[in-house]
Amino acid sequence: MSVDDNVTRSVDDTFSAQRSGKAGRRLATVLQYSIFPVAVLILWQISAQVGFVRRNVLPAPTDVVAVWYDLVTGATDSAGRYSGTWFDHAIASTWRVYAGFAWGVALGIFMGLLIGLSRIMERVFDPTIQVLRNIPVTAWVPLSLVFFGIGNAPAIFLIGLGAFFPAVINTTHGVRQVDVTLYKSARMMGADERELLARVILPASMPSIMTGVRLSMGIAWVLVVVAEILAVRSGLGYLLNDAYLFYRNDVVIAAMLSIGILGFVSDRLVVLVRNSLLAWNKLETFGGQN
Amino acid sequence: MARIEFRQVDKNFATRDGELTALAGIDLSVADKEFVALVGASGCGKSTLLNLIAGFEMPTGGTILVDGARITGPGPDRGVVFQHTALFPWLSVADNIAFGLRLRANRGKGSPQAVTQRMLERTGLLPFRARLPAELSGGMRQRASIASVLAINPSTLLMDEPFGALDALTRSVMQDFLLEIWEQERKTVLLVTHDIDEAIYLADRTVVMTAHPGRIREIVNVELPRPRRYEMRSHPGFIELRDHVTGIVRSEALEGDAAAGQAA
Repeated sequence: MSVDDNVTRSVDDTFSAQRSGKAGRRLATVLQYSIFPVAVLILWQISAQVGFVRRNVLPAPTDVVAVWYDLVTGATDSAGRYSGTWFDHAIASTWRVYAGFAWGVALGIFMGLLIGLSRIMERVFDPTIQVLRNIPVTAWVPLSLVFFGIGNAPAIFLIGLGAFFPAVINTTHGVRQVDVTLYKSARMMGADERELLARVILPASMPSIMTGVRLSMGIAWVLVVVAEILAVRSGLGYLLNDAYLFYRNDVVIAAMLSIGILGFVSDRLVVLVRNSLLAWNKLETFGGQN
Repeated sequence: MARIEFRQVDKNFATRDGELTALAGIDLSVADKEFVALVGASGCGKSTLLNLIAGFEMPTGGTILVDGARITGPGPDRGVVFQHTALFPWLSVADNIAFGLRLRANRGKGSPQAVTQRMLERTGLLPFRARLPAELSGGMRQRASIASVLAINPSTLLMDEPFGALDALTRSVMQDFLLEIWEQERKTVLLVTHDIDEAIYLADRTVVMTAHPGRIREIVNVELPRPRRYEMRSHPGFIELRDHVTGIVRSEALEGDAAAGQAA
């Protein structure tokens, strides 16, 4: 809900020509949101229907929905060998994402605080982290397979590794950005080290930390697909790759969209947590004003 | 007995162009419950002097005693009001005021709720207790800032251009607010300001400092009756003092510029 909407709404209420204007405005908003995705869907449907692209190369949206329905419910068997397997795969992927995300983010925030607070810790850890973060996480796949074998372990390792870097870097940055006046003020009032950390540094660096956490969540969903294609025999990434091998592009697209939706929901959850922690920050930043 | 005592204090900073002498040979003693203002052209080290008492900086030479003891670091006996308000943006006005009292160091200084309530009433912020700092005007923010420092009941109040960022009208209201608080609480106050009117209006003594290096040029006794009233600003005694101090600061600033010009 933007400030603009509130303003126009209250203006509408005072000058009451109004009901129709209000309904019209709402319609316009719905149109603005829907015009692009609807256009894409229609274009896609037409090109599949007309045979512009071969149907088994690009199945129509209606076919994808039908297969998706069977994937979830197992009612029509149109998804063949994948019929009714959606929940198992979705739960497997989600579980891996959150397990990897949890350890990566926890370690990242912890290390970020250490590096941000102490010059010694910075010298000890920061150069290594800066070098390692330039290695794409996908380049870790072979080694992690050799180390952990096939299974959940390499997947959770890779996801956590990917989630670690944004968390550690943004936490370090957040700690460095803390307003020195706040720090001095708390010290002057007699705060000890623990109180400084818990009551000043942590809340003051929270906006930056949450930015890192959000990036981590995004990367976690990218890496779960990579890991499931290469290292495990379950999950939406596995489903996607297996369906590709069996030339079931309808299932591939349903799996892609499933990953997109679960990733989106996860991102919204992070944003929800962020907004509840950072209600104060809205007032102080440009982002909160629109 | 002097509450704060400077004995031949020097303070140097290492800069890129070599050693910079911020303060040289400072001798100053401030009595208990005295209100002292520090004025001078920018760069005269008045803020450095305050930072030394606060314990944010250590002197390079000489000693500073607070109640007869050397300063080892910042502490709740010396409350600092900063120019840019030190309010925690994620805490409400009430929680900001209670912040200090909730620290382990200030246990036993009274219940945070009761003290906060009293401070809110005294500063006129009671209707705004639930607001965040970003929802306050500049003057209200500075009042909340002062309240949060007073809540821990420091015996000394160190103020670094506390009203410097406020508009002229708000500033004069805040000066009266500060006087009123001081009449009630009677703390030792050191106020750094570049506003000569403000210094004379508020202080018992005004310390005039000179720059490069920072030295005390003159200490002016302000023998105006208390409680001070706004009308006193047009009092001949007030104007005479103001002109005297302005004269010193201006000539210093001009000499400083000339010296800087020669050096360049």
